[in-house]
Amino acid sequence: MQRATSPTDVDDPEYFHKVVDCQWACPAHTPVPEYIRLIAQRRFTDAYMLNWESNVFPGILGRVCDRPCEPACRRGRIEEKPVAICRLKRVAADYRDDISDRLPEIPKEGNGKRVALLGAGPASLTVARDLLPLGYACTLFDKDPKAGGLMRTNIPSFRLPENVLDEEVYRIVDFGVEPRFGEEVTSLKAILDDDYDAVFVGTGAPKGKDLNIEGRRECSDNIQIGISFLTSVAFGHVDTIGERVVVIGGGNTAMDCCRTALRIGGKDVRVTVRSPRKDMKASDWEIEEAEQEGIPIYDNHSPKAFVRENGKFKGVLFEVMRAEYDEDGKRTLVSTGEEVLFECDDVLMAIGQDNAFDWIERDLGVEFESWGMPLVDKTTMMSTLPGVFFGGDSAWGPENIIVAVAHGHQAAISIDLHCRGEDLVQSRPAPGHSLISQKMGIHEWAYENDYASTGRVDVPHEDLAKSLKDLKVEVELGYDDQLAFDEAERCLNCDVQTVFTGPLCIECDACMDICPIDCINFIENAAEPELRQNLRVPALNTDQALYVSPPLKTGRIMAKDEDMCVHCGLCAERCPTGAWDMQKFTYVKTQAAKPCQVNLDAYVQWSKAG
Amino acid sequence: MSYIQKPKAFHPALKKNKLGLTRRDYEGAMSTLCAGCGHDSITAAIIEACFKLELPAHRLAKVSGIGCSSKAPTYFLSRSHGFNSVHGRMPSITTGANLANRDLVYLGVSGDGDTASIGLSQFCHAMRRQLNMTYIVMNNGCYGLTKGQFSATNDKASPSKKGESNLFEAIDLAQIAIQLGAGFVGRSFSGDKAQLVPLIEAAMSYNGFAFLDVVSPCVTFNNHPASTKSYDYVRGHNAVLDKLDFVPPEEEIEIDYAEGTTSDVELHGGAKIRLHKLDTGYDPTDADQAINTIRERLNAGEVTTGLLYFDGREQDLHETLGTSERPLNTLPLGELCPGSEALEPINDRFR
Ligand SMILES: Cc1cc2nc3c(=O)[nH]c(=O)nc-3n(C[C@H](O)[C@H](O)[C@H](O)COP(=O)(O)OP(=O)(O)OC[C@H]3O[C@@H](n4cnc5c(N)ncnc54)[C@H](O)[C@@H]3O)c2cc1C
Ligand SMILES: Cc1ncc(C[n+]2csc(CCOP(=O)(O)OP(=O)(O)O)c2C)c(N)n1
Ligand code: SF4
Ligand code: SF4
Ligand code: SF4
Ligand SMILES: [Mg+2]
Repeated sequence: MQRATSPTDVDDPEYFHKVVDCQWACPAHTPVPEYIRLIAQRRFTDAYMLNWESNVFPGILGRVCDRPCEPACRRGRIEEKPVAICRLKRVAADYRDDISDRLPEIPKEGNGKRVALLGAGPASLTVARDLLPLGYACTLFDKDPKAGGLMRTNIPSFRLPENVLDEEVYRIVDFGVEPRFGEEVTSLKAILDDDYDAVFVGTGAPKGKDLNIEGRRECSDNIQIGISFLTSVAFGHVDTIGERVVVIGGGNTAMDCCRTALRIGGKDVRVTVRSPRKDMKASDWEIEEAEQEGIPIYDNHSPKAFVRENGKFKGVLFEVMRAEYDEDGKRTLVSTGEEVLFECDDVLMAIGQDNAFDWIERDLGVEFESWGMPLVDKTTMMSTLPGVFFGGDSAWGPENIIVAVAHGHQAAISIDLHCRGEDLVQSRPAPGHSLISQKMGIHEWAYENDYASTGRVDVPHEDLAKSLKDLKVEVELGYDDQLAFDEAERCLNCDVQTVFTGPLCIECDACMDICPIDCINFIENAAEPELRQNLRVPALNTDQALYVSPPLKTGRIMAKDEDMCVHCGLCAERCPTGAWDMQKFTYVKTQAAKPCQVNLDAYVQWSKAG
Repeated sequence: MSYIQKPKAFHPALKKNKLGLTRRDYEGAMSTLCAGCGHDSITAAIIEACFKLELPAHRLAKVSGIGCSSKAPTYFLSRSHGFNSVHGRMPSITTGANLANRDLVYLGVSGDGDTASIGLSQFCHAMRRQLNMTYIVMNNGCYGLTKGQFSATNDKASPSKKGESNLFEAIDLAQIAIQLGAGFVGRSFSGDKAQLVPLIEAAMSYNGFAFLDVVSPCVTFNNHPASTKSYDYVRGHNAVLDKLDFVPPEEEIEIDYAEGTTSDVELHGGAKIRLHKLDTGYDPTDADQAINTIRERLNAGEVTTGLLYFDGREQDLHETLGTSERPLNTLPLGELCPGSEALEPINDRFR
């Protein structure tokens, strides 16, 4: 049995990377605290460029990102509400200057390699952005007349205005892809026969799930699949709906459906979901927005039948459910026996999406799992057929835009290695990183270390009546520069790391005494579970690391719980010997094309230079 | 010192005492002492002890003299009563306050300069009178505030940072305290909170004069390799006589120790001090043995720490003087000063 916890290896860049909760949680590992500091300094264009290089669509993501960074934000563990990371990203996009002279140059001479990108969603667009500056010829196919994927067809314009979408999508298209829009791909074999050097499948999960219950066929005139409905609205094919609308489903698609319905004629729009409200799949903020627009949510309502009366559609019959939990907390929904009929004119079904790979011949060498999903390597994004790659929703089912972007970056690296005949795993580039002291003077740091105790700043909204009248009016107005500054100050600068040098420590306890959060301990070593229990405040959040030093002079160790550290730097200010120092950690996930990470590299280099 | 204020944010899982307060609620202003000063650690130990004693801030009076150490009360319990007096005069201020209001808990904080030089006589008489207070000396062997001159507690063998030798023998405040009537005498080290916190709790619960000599390295002037008041020296020469737990009134002793290894001393307020014997056969209730042991160890170059002496009688000045149970400051003026009618018969007795 292990009796002691081993000292932390801080030379492994992933250790400090993990302390930067937001950057770690971001699938594209965007350097969040750095761009937030840039926003606080009103360097909006620089902030935008760091984002653009990392995540390709800052203006879009600053509005509609699924924001895995925010639940991860340390601030949320200390006082409940995380920093509004997503909305700050939008600020960078809203207030930046022209960036045309800061974009990568596309070589006039190609490198002679051709890549087919199937589907023009964020995944394929990212691959194109990363490969075009390297001289690849990229052909971009989509069955729709315009590029953007679900960002265009399904995310409503009141959340994502068309001009914002167009600018960031067409910036890439205009880098020089060969567009084949309005062209459905019906055979992978046909594509392969065209001798591309690599093929990227970014066709998403384009099929909305259906619900085969009683009356489905008879009532089909009044029932629409949610994502098809949203697409029709986006392209202007549909601009009205009945006054009474029932939306079935509790995910984000359901939220977009109900809010869209409310804007094109719906008066009594309700959302129904089988499960208890707390188990709804939709993001909290999406539910909140729908409710603020006056849409009621009926939870524990399981659809049983579509009902017709006298040859006319009448409504949806629901069974009222109750959630029961066993000892392990596993949920089962049981019927209460009660049934209710919601009379309505139209039904929108938003219960999920499926992939559709009927156009991929099964004898080409692309293997599929039994449930119809392709076998894709988690690191390289390559299928079992060398040269054919997957990413975005097409790889492992519906996710979100930022995941599609992250997949796109990795696929682009693989495609480039593949085309150059290198090993896809061995030759993957290591991340760039640096760790640099922020000390400027005795009590002065190169970052704002004072703790801002303000709560999360609300984003101003457009007048409700006005936004409900017009589908194209953006609901959120975004922060102005003062609100953005206030919010930016809430960032704890988690990338400014507390770095400990044991041999300098005289064990005076000064750091332990001053730490507002009781992170620091001088303690007997023990196996980690026991050590965690023995700390001044037990470190029960095992998702967060313990920073453990080698034995000090007295034989004890320093153990710091990274969980709640507010990066105030007081430990370093109070240390008489400089055993603690506050050092900025930079981390950049390396991409396929150097020209696409000029600003990111400069950030690592500049930090290195001090 | 630091420029920013300590963030108000605290760990959501931080323990609360019965008053619903966390340790953070017992803090004071940001310290302006040098980074790494032992005094700040003692401050943290006082905060911890008051938190554990569940002391309401308004029940405490903090009194001090002059020196880095005497600045320390500003850095704990910011909502308590406080008096930062002149150099060496903390004991008389405390005596006055205590006589006027016997209901408060008195905590005097002083330095080795403040106590062993300019304030030595005041210190001695407060002990001789058995004033009910806790008297903490943050002992760094020098005058920190005035740039590190030798103090009277600095060991003869301990030169200055620049190498000048010390010409005089040191005063051991703990020995003086035992001789002059302090009922509770302990010694500890700023770098050992496990020992220090229960000592402070016990001292503050003791009825009578409780003295704590706490070695507290001055990182700036007296933490050099030749100093006997440095972190390294004290760690290397610490002779721990006994370990103690402080058990508050009505609280059961949780851990079972093997029989014969511990002994309990009960304080008049119902709290207990549980002493863990460290095989030395040391009996802290025997003043002669205490002084002998301290001297022997001192000659061997060691610093004795722990509960050095304990007088179970817990006698205090009010008892000796027979003053009114009710604090003088709450007596109606008529009772406090009955006027010339009451004075007349007294004067008559001398005629
Ligand atoms: C209603 C709704 C709201 C959403 N809201 C958000 C949100 O707020 N934030 C967020 O991050 N994510 C959101 N998502 C998810 C997000 O849009 C997707 O995860 C993301 O767009 C996936 O990107 P992708 O590149 O993999 O594929 P997609 O964006 O799905 O793009 C695939 C493209 O391939 C095309 N295509 C498919 N098959 C073929 C074929 N055979 N031939 C030619 N072209 C083809 C499609 O027309 C489509 O344009 C939402 C999804 C829905 C349905
Ligand atoms: C009457 C008087 N004499 C001298 C001084 C100068 N003086 C200020 S602090 C100090 C010594 C403090 O030493 P100590 O009590 O050990 O405190 P430390 O700073 O070491 O904690 C002296 C001599 C003074 N303030 N007042
Ligand atoms: S920076 Fe240092 S003092 Fe501040 S919370 Fe983190 S560990 Fe504690
Ligand atoms: S303040 Fe510095 S020297 Fe003192 S215990 Fe902390 S790390 Fe060690
Ligand atoms: S001078 Fe010495 S005693 Fe005064 S604050 Fe600095 S370290 Fe502490
Ligand atoms: Mg001193």
